[in-house]
Amino acid sequence: MKRCSLSAALLAVLALPAFTVQAYDYQLKPQAIADGVQVLVGRTENFSRENGGNIVNTGFIIGRDGVIVIDTGPSKAYGEQQRATIAKLSKLPVVQIYLTHAHPDHVLGNQAYAGVPIAALPGTTRALTINGDALLSNLYRLAGDAMLGTELRLPTVEAKSGEVSIAGRRLRLIPGLGHTDADLMVFDEATQTLFTGDLVFFQRTLTTPNADIPHWLATLDAIDAIDFKVMVPGHGPVLRDHAGIAQTRDYLKWLRDSLQGAARRGLDMPEVLQLAIPERFQRLAVLHTEYERSVAHLYPAYELETLPTVPKSRPQ
Amino acid sequence: MTAMGSLRIAVFVLGQAGLASAALALERPAEPPADPLKSPAWGTIYGRYFKDQKVVFDDRVKVIAPANAENPLDVPVQVSADGLDGVEEMVVVADLNPIQKIVSYEPLRALPSLAFRFKVEQSTPIRAAARTHDGVWHLGGVWLSAAGGGCTTPSYASGDAVWQTRLNEVSGRLWPSADAKTQRLRLRLIHPMDTGLANGIPAFYIDRILLSDAKGEALARVHSYEPISENPVFSFDLKGSGPVRVSGGDIQGNKFSAEIKP
Repeated sequence: MKRCSLSAALLAVLALPAFTVQAYDYQLKPQAIADGVQVLVGRTENFSRENGGNIVNTGFIIGRDGVIVIDTGPSKAYGEQQRATIAKLSKLPVVQIYLTHAHPDHVLGNQAYAGVPIAALPGTTRALTINGDALLSNLYRLAGDAMLGTELRLPTVEAKSGEVSIAGRRLRLIPGLGHTDADLMVFDEATQTLFTGDLVFFQRTLTTPNADIPHWLATLDAIDAIDFKVMVPGHGPVLRDHAGIAQTRDYLKWLRDSLQGAARRGLDMPEVLQLAIPERFQRLAVLHTEYERSVAHLYPAYELETLPTVPKSRPQ
Repeated sequence: MTAMGSLRIAVFVLGQAGLASAALALERPAEPPADPLKSPAWGTIYGRYFKDQKVVFDDRVKVIAPANAENPLDVPVQVSADGLDGVEEMVVVADLNPIQKIVSYEPLRALPSLAFRFKVEQSTPIRAAARTHDGVWHLGGVWLSAAGGGCTTPSYASGDAVWQTRLNEVSGRLWPSADAKTQRLRLRLIHPMDTGLANGIPAFYIDRILLSDAKGEALARVHSYEPISENPVFSFDLKGSGPVRVSGGDIQGNKFSAEIKP
């Protein structure tokens, strides 16, 4: 009797891992936004254990004889569930991945697509080679268990500017910069859908860890001139107008002017953190957290512009 | 044999001293006051910097820092004790950093406020302690969340020789306050500020900065330690107006001196 209960207990213990190690369920719900074009819209939040890092928009285009994926999400589990979502909608194979830029929430689902060409701009591959492991470990810290088993997989193909025809679909690959030093946009000619990556944020405060504001503003002007009908921003709801471009530009210009002005008044960073943010930005998600991060990213350069170097004199 | 013998004696004496101090501690237990930040290292911090001194937690001592350290090598902090009279010294410590003491500041003819940036190793309380002329330490602080690694990461300079030609270069500017009673000095120095904790890179940091007026009278004095960020930036609020003379040096004897004109 005793032996029996012992072996039952042993069995229960052995069986436990099968129950406990369950992949985080992202509950991905595809949203059809144009003919053959689907988007998985993420939350307008920051990375957390609750959202498993799903704060990002990814998408896919179902072509004549294959599926094209734009960004693979924050984790291995996300990539796998993204692929499963695609499989429910189409029997066609995934034939091509495009990564918009080198931030973890856009690229860490790559593991789910072994054997599929993963294309990115050379700057994206370079940045992931240098910083990928640090980005990965930071996301483990922020998103926790959802990251289980996630490893970095670098792009395998270089994305080149211009038109390509894949799976019977004509795409225009448009390089930009400013959010990072290599931001790829993907434009689907048939439906005039533009995937902007993080060059456009809508209703969620933009992020600046690798930003260059003058370059970013110039790229936004170029996006304004693209003949899109539908726009998928990197974060926030899908758009059918230029409101996302305008909002991104407005916030960037305010950020630039506000930080530059503060530096010229002699403020130090903790004082800059406490400056008032205009009313029109208050509805943007995660405003204060992202503003705080942007001050850390951008203020040191503005502040240096205001501190002239004293010619060296002989030390006493 | 003699060496062994004297060693034994030394150990014996040390042992006696240890017992004596333990007995003293039993007689007069210096219980630190309860820490509002509930830091696991408060006992250590208290024992190291405030033992046998009067300590009060005081809302007038403010520490302003971001909730999260976006860049663990460069965390901005402002400490102030504006409501306190007669502040003679301010000390800033990060409880859970491998080197806790960041800076000590003597606002001789300056407001009791200082801003700077520092390196953080992990999430930690940041405390400012302001000592008034009656010898009482007034403490304030906040918790900082950090991914960390700032103290054990090599400085950028350690991988780049450019700093050698610019070491101790001084940049700065003065901004008079609206009422012209004080002036803000912002200062930036070129220095690797190596902590000595990154593998194979010895400690190398600026340990003193003196600010004085045109007549050579001291305005404020900074004693800086390893955690201060590489190429440090400071903000001071000095009483009066006019040019400020900046001088100081690092632990290897390199000195700097510059005049910041209004």
